[in-house]
Amino acid sequence: MQEKHNAKELLNKTFDALLPLLAVPLALIIGALLLLIFKVNPLTAYWSLLQGAFGSVSGLTQTIVKATPLLLVGLGVCIAFRGGIINIGGEGQLIVGALAATAIAVGFPNLPRMIILPLTFLGAILAGGVWGGIPGILKSRLGVNEILSTVMMNAIALQLSNYLLRGPLIDPAEIERGTQIAQSALLPKAVWLTKLVPQTLLHSGAIIALVMAVLVYIFLWRTSIGYRIRAVGLNPDAAKYAGIPVQFYQALSLMLGGAFAGLAGAVEVTGVSHRMLEGLSAGYGFSGIVAALFGKLHPLGSIPASILFGGFLVGGRSMQRAVQVPSALIDTILGLTVLFVVSADIWSSYRARRRLSNG
Amino acid sequence: MAELFTLPVLFGIIYSGIRLATPYLYASIGESFSQASGVLNLGVDGIMLMGAYTGFYVGMTSGSLWLGLLAAAITGLLMGLLMAVISVTLKAEQGISGIGLQLFGLGLSTLLFKLTMGGAISISGFPPVRIPLLGNIPYIGEAFFNHNLLVYFAYLLVPIANFVLNKTTLGLKIRAAGQNPQAADTLGVNITLIRYLTVSMGGLMAGIAGASLSIALINLFQENITSGMGFIAVALVYFGGWKPTGVLLGSLLFSFVNAFQLWIQVKGINIPSDFAVMMPYVLTIFALAFAVKRVSAPAALTKIFERGEN
Repeated sequence: MQEKHNAKELLNKTFDALLPLLAVPLALIIGALLLLIFKVNPLTAYWSLLQGAFGSVSGLTQTIVKATPLLLVGLGVCIAFRGGIINIGGEGQLIVGALAATAIAVGFPNLPRMIILPLTFLGAILAGGVWGGIPGILKSRLGVNEILSTVMMNAIALQLSNYLLRGPLIDPAEIERGTQIAQSALLPKAVWLTKLVPQTLLHSGAIIALVMAVLVYIFLWRTSIGYRIRAVGLNPDAAKYAGIPVQFYQALSLMLGGAFAGLAGAVEVTGVSHRMLEGLSAGYGFSGIVAALFGKLHPLGSIPASILFGGFLVGGRSMQRAVQVPSALIDTILGLTVLFVVSADIWSSYRARRRLSNG
Repeated sequence: MAELFTLPVLFGIIYSGIRLATPYLYASIGESFSQASGVLNLGVDGIMLMGAYTGFYVGMTSGSLWLGLLAAAITGLLMGLLMAVISVTLKAEQGISGIGLQLFGLGLSTLLFKLTMGGAISISGFPPVRIPLLGNIPYIGEAFFNHNLLVYFAYLLVPIANFVLNKTTLGLKIRAAGQNPQAADTLGVNITLIRYLTVSMGGLMAGIAGASLSIALINLFQENITSGMGFIAVALVYFGGWKPTGVLLGSLLFSFVNAFQLWIQVKGINIPSDFAVMMPYVLTIFALAFAVKRVSAPAALTKIFERGEN
């Protein structure tokens, strides 16, 4: 009897865990209906998406390259969310991280790799941390809603980047040629991340992100600071009663969230573009939220989620080439996925309650 | 800089400030209703984008701007309804579902734009209507009384919203749903209905806000035309202390600073234009930090209502 009960329990739990996974096929079905309206065969479109994302070595490596910043931003979102803070500022935090990394790497072109690479990353992490820390402190000290302040910080970071890339950080070669494209100089080779597979884009940033995912898991579930962050997120009143300085941990979780997005910025400039560009963040700040959410706000769950959505981003572009469907379809599907995932929660909690009342 | 203090320049800035506040007014007043009833709709920006697209496309193809406006309002209403289903009936986390709605609106409006129009086209939007007599006053007439109809409507909305929210039973029910839904529920207020109403109406207004951009102010549609204005609109609701008059004040302040920075850019004054563009955002953060301290948010804002709790 007991065994049967356990088996049922396990089945229930598996069902709850798998439920949000339905969000993606559902979103894809709605996307397919949209395509039908415009007389595009959804099967051809989705096949080219799948082929583009996972069908070749080049596609697969690009998918992992895209998944890397998604995972790093997503980890930051996980930490903040576990602390009860919604971090929408990933975009801005990533940008300032990338700017700081660029400024440091370009500023010290002759330092050996052993010194300059850690410095570059540290700078980016600090910059992202500050960009997340400001809304964090505003929230804890002055009660400013973090959703709003992080959105404002995104806009400010974007302008800061526009200014720096046209002014102090602009590639001197751009001025010489008179082309004036808003981008920084090429970073010294000493900070370029190692290629993992020759002739592809895949770089060691992917390994950094994976290691970070494990570290964040250990941090949140195996350390006392992580425990307190989660306690504050679960029930701030109870945490306060237990003597945990709630506001401190809220600010901390947002600062850490920013630090991870900043790290993502450093990984992008040192691993992919090797210079700071306009539009480098490419919406990672938002798609990272989707990845984290789809991974049930668990650092390890965010790994497959990031690969899935990285695949969407890569496949979306090949879909655009193959069947002329604008890649904006991917944003639409991402948005729908979020809506379905958050809507699915009610079924899990409803089933949990029914199980409780049935004994 | 001394040039700033001449009448034509000052009134020019006032003219564009009044104009620029229009989309914020529609979106923020709509959002203040939904927040007053306890629902944070963070997806305003996505709804605005869809409103801007449908308003423009229907207006362009049918040749009637009014039909475009109607289409935008209906689109907004439907998206507001979607948000209500998700956040009220399905009890989803509001901040996150708003982000989902924003991504959805951004993606879908871009997709439709690329499939149906291909590139940015401009149309002639709502023409300015000079108000008789008042419109002829030197400077003042030009700055205040020579706008298009959607601009005037936006300002008319403030006293109407103020009246509904503060002087009617419906307004009382809305505020009760946002302050103490449990108590209101026991007194027979249908919390679900009220929240559906406010969130859908908020959506409708966000749709109109989007259309005001594409067929009355900028008169074109392009990818991500709002560039985050919807988020500012949400911030302005906090700034305005959940009161239509406060929202008006916030929208005007934000838009005047914006008009001022546009003037700085045009004049080529020696401030990098990026810092000028940054100004309104920095100002909003400061305002949120130091000016809004005295007003407290609706107690049940973002809280899910469960019948029979407490």
